Amino acid sequence: MPITLTVNGKAHMLDVEPEMPLLWALRETIGLTGTKFGCGVAACGACTVHLDGRPVRSCVLPLSAAGGKSVTTIEGLAQEGGLSTVQQAWIAHQVPQCGYCQSGMIMAVAALLAETPKPTDADIDAGLTNICRCGTFARVRAAIHEIANSTAEESAS
Amino acid sequence: MNKWSRRAFIGAGTVAGGGFLLGVAGFTFAPSRHSLVSADAAAKGQLTTWITITPDNVVNILIPHCEMGQGTPTALAMMAAEELEADWSLVRAQEAPAQDEYANGYIIRAMGGGYVPAMLGRGVDYGAYKAMAWFGLMVTGGSTAVRGTGEWGMRVAGAAAKEMLVAAAAKQWNVPASECVAKGSRVAHAASGKSASYGELARAAATQSVPTSPTLKNPDSFTIRRTSTKRLDIPSKVDGSAMYAIDFTTPGMLYAALAIAPVQGGKLVSVDTTPADAMPGVKKVVKLDEAVAVVADSFWRARRALAALKPEFSDAGHGAVSTASIFAAFDQALGPAPALPKAAAKTLTADYRAPFLAHATMEPMVCTAKVDGDQADVWAGVQDPLNARSVAAKALDLNVDNVRLTNFMLGGGFGRRLPFTFDYVDLGVRVAQAMSPTPVKTIWTRENDIQHDYYRGAAMSRHAGALDANGTPLAAHSNYTGGGNSEAVFMPYQIAEMAAEEKKAAHPIREGQWRSVLNSQHGFFKESFIDEMAHAAGKDPFEFRRSLLGEQPRFKAALEKAAAMSGWGTPLPPGEGRGIAVCDSFGTICAEVVHVAVSPEGQLKVVHVYAAIDCGDVVHLDGATAQAEGGIIFALSAALLSEITIDQGRVVQTNFRDYPMIHIADAPKITTAFIRSEAPLGGMGEPPVPPLAPALCNAIFAATGVRVRELPIKKTPLKRA
Ligand code: FES
Ligand code: FES
Repeated sequence: MPITLTVNGKAHMLDVEPEMPLLWALRETIGLTGTKFGCGVAACGACTVHLDGRPVRSCVLPLSAAGGKSVTTIEGLAQEGGLSTVQQAWIAHQVPQCGYCQSGMIMAVAALLAETPKPTDADIDAGLTNICRCGTFARVRAAIHEIANSTAEESAS
Repeated sequence: MNKWSRRAFIGAGTVAGGGFLLGVAGFTFAPSRHSLVSADAAAKGQLTTWITITPDNVVNILIPHCEMGQGTPTALAMMAAEELEADWSLVRAQEAPAQDEYANGYIIRAMGGGYVPAMLGRGVDYGAYKAMAWFGLMVTGGSTAVRGTGEWGMRVAGAAAKEMLVAAAAKQWNVPASECVAKGSRVAHAASGKSASYGELARAAATQSVPTSPTLKNPDSFTIRRTSTKRLDIPSKVDGSAMYAIDFTTPGMLYAALAIAPVQGGKLVSVDTTPADAMPGVKKVVKLDEAVAVVADSFWRARRALAALKPEFSDAGHGAVSTASIFAAFDQALGPAPALPKAAAKTLTADYRAPFLAHATMEPMVCTAKVDGDQADVWAGVQDPLNARSVAAKALDLNVDNVRLTNFMLGGGFGRRLPFTFDYVDLGVRVAQAMSPTPVKTIWTRENDIQHDYYRGAAMSRHAGALDANGTPLAAHSNYTGGGNSEAVFMPYQIAEMAAEEKKAAHPIREGQWRSVLNSQHGFFKESFIDEMAHAAGKDPFEFRRSLLGEQPRFKAALEKAAAMSGWGTPLPPGEGRGIAVCDSFGTICAEVVHVAVSPEGQLKVVHVYAAIDCGDVVHLDGATAQAEGGIIFALSAALLSEITIDQGRVVQTNFRDYPMIHIADAPKITTAFIRSEAPLGGMGEPPVPPLAPALCNAIFAATGVRVRELPIKKTPLKRA
């Protein structure tokens, strides 16, 4: 029985094993390679995508659990009007180094900010457990705070 | 200056559409005691650069280094553009020209000797290419890119191109070249009011004779360098479009998952392939000498089928090797502590231990290959495309000219993807050979990666020091295992007697280069011991070091700067402390102060790291800052948590669960400062690493009185007495 899911607004019918992790279906079956493989055991966050708006580590999420749901990947994060605020802040702060962890990092941060628009440092520490071997954490934190502050200004005005 | 001219040559020509192309290639001999990447390459450096200017006034710079997250192509493009007097907004680096073979974008083309991009294939002197092919290496590592390619290649190419553009304008306008000024990608002649863009002059410039010794700019007039332009690779890294080797696909491609002999050197003894053969999507189980691979129509299916197999491997006679046996051999080899002068008022000895470490690049090893008759194509992420290509050719027994290698952005390098460590290319092409002519992508799992690395070597060091009655050091000696070199063991301090002697203790664990190479162990050893000597002398560790650096002004300035930044000497609450260390590697001096807080229960928090760095001059300020931040986090993860252990000849750790990394919650504040000196450009990727572990352990001592002599720190209880 094919599994249907929506990825970045587009419906897909996938005729693969229901236990195949979402990560490999996205990368190899659908061809969206922005989502990365880092560990396969939910320990690094490189494979983070949004499932109905919530962050999930797609390397351990069986396709069956995504059936009928809506998936957003890094390729679908940009809005009609251009890059999302997180992506823009990532460029402004020159966050990525090798960049390999950053798809997952950006997706995790976007989800964190959706849940907690003005996170404290403690919120960031508790909510973000992605690994970055290049060590971009200081810039990740600075970029998050800048986004939080500018959204606060917008809603104040 | 102009060191390049000793053995360099420049070639110029036109490209299709009437552009201008310039290449520089040169051999040069490393000017210092610093080795580059390996004993073999130690005496040599290589570089080559290409600049094209097209009629639309765009400067394209093709860069012979990979992008592994350090912004190297951006920094190199800045160095060429500076000398060229180009308008930075009109400069492109490594972006693909609009031709079919480049159409995928963001692929760094391997510039192998036998593979010349079609773009260069018209009317061009191939000299630079050939030179590079003979040399056989194209390394990004050893912090060589900016100080080698940039200093001796990019700058020269930029300056030569500018002189040729000026000469072309002068000829066209019939005015002296000395009256023409190049600036902002235009040449202008004030007296006549004439002016033309580089694009307009490009075709004529290509016919000018090539200056053999172009004049380089005075650093005081730099306008592009020393700034923080936006890195060229970053936009592709925020929207998922950046292409890494793992992202490459080609029609008909299959996927392979590998089980490699768990003991290095072991061979595949037997495997019953039946459980896998019938599984969905499986095409073949490939038996190799030291591994078994399942090839399937998806990686997940390949991996699932591999898990159903129970291959048996031999242990190459190393089945009894363990971390304990290796360190016992180290201990024995080190022998008694080195002898000290008789006259000493006070003596001290200490042993330090550093573990094996994996690189654990974020992107695991991947190699896609297609072998067809006597031809092969290889797609991989490597720090040296030429060596990787020759590894592939050798594995396939093909002429190297028949092998094409395409390189990609690297999801981290840190020394894992250097020459002589291309096992993933070697294995990948052999799997593809078994499926010829079908292309196969072999993806390493994280478990493959952690268990089959070329590890940062474990090492042990035994130190002995002597002080006189005033606390002045008389001697500092050490014996060490695990390898060393003059740079790594070098102590800048003025101490009457200093010696470091290597003791051999062989073991079968394979080793490679890990960010900052031998400096990562020796920085910890020597800067911990000098700290112990300071405390034994009853002196402040910063003042003690400073008093011994009279003849080393660069070290002294960096040390003083880091201390000043950190508020060294100002009081801290109980349980907090500062530690300092200063190391020299790859031509750069880096001093760091680490501020820690340790709870009464022994919970460690790294609060703040201050780094003062003298790398001569900074090319790209924000990029250099990012390298310092990244190097500090990389070193911190290792110092706190990382250890590869061996049991029955095998690596015990498997994944990030048992080889953990720090998270954002553990990341300290980092403050960096750069000191501009007259020294030649130093590296930036590696030098921030070595001082971190000793400064951190010295801070822990200041906070708790516990002296950590073994890494990782998690092995030592920090509960305060
Ligand atoms: S790949 Fe999914 S968490 Fe690491
Ligand atoms: S940017 Fe390289 S792992 Fe995060």
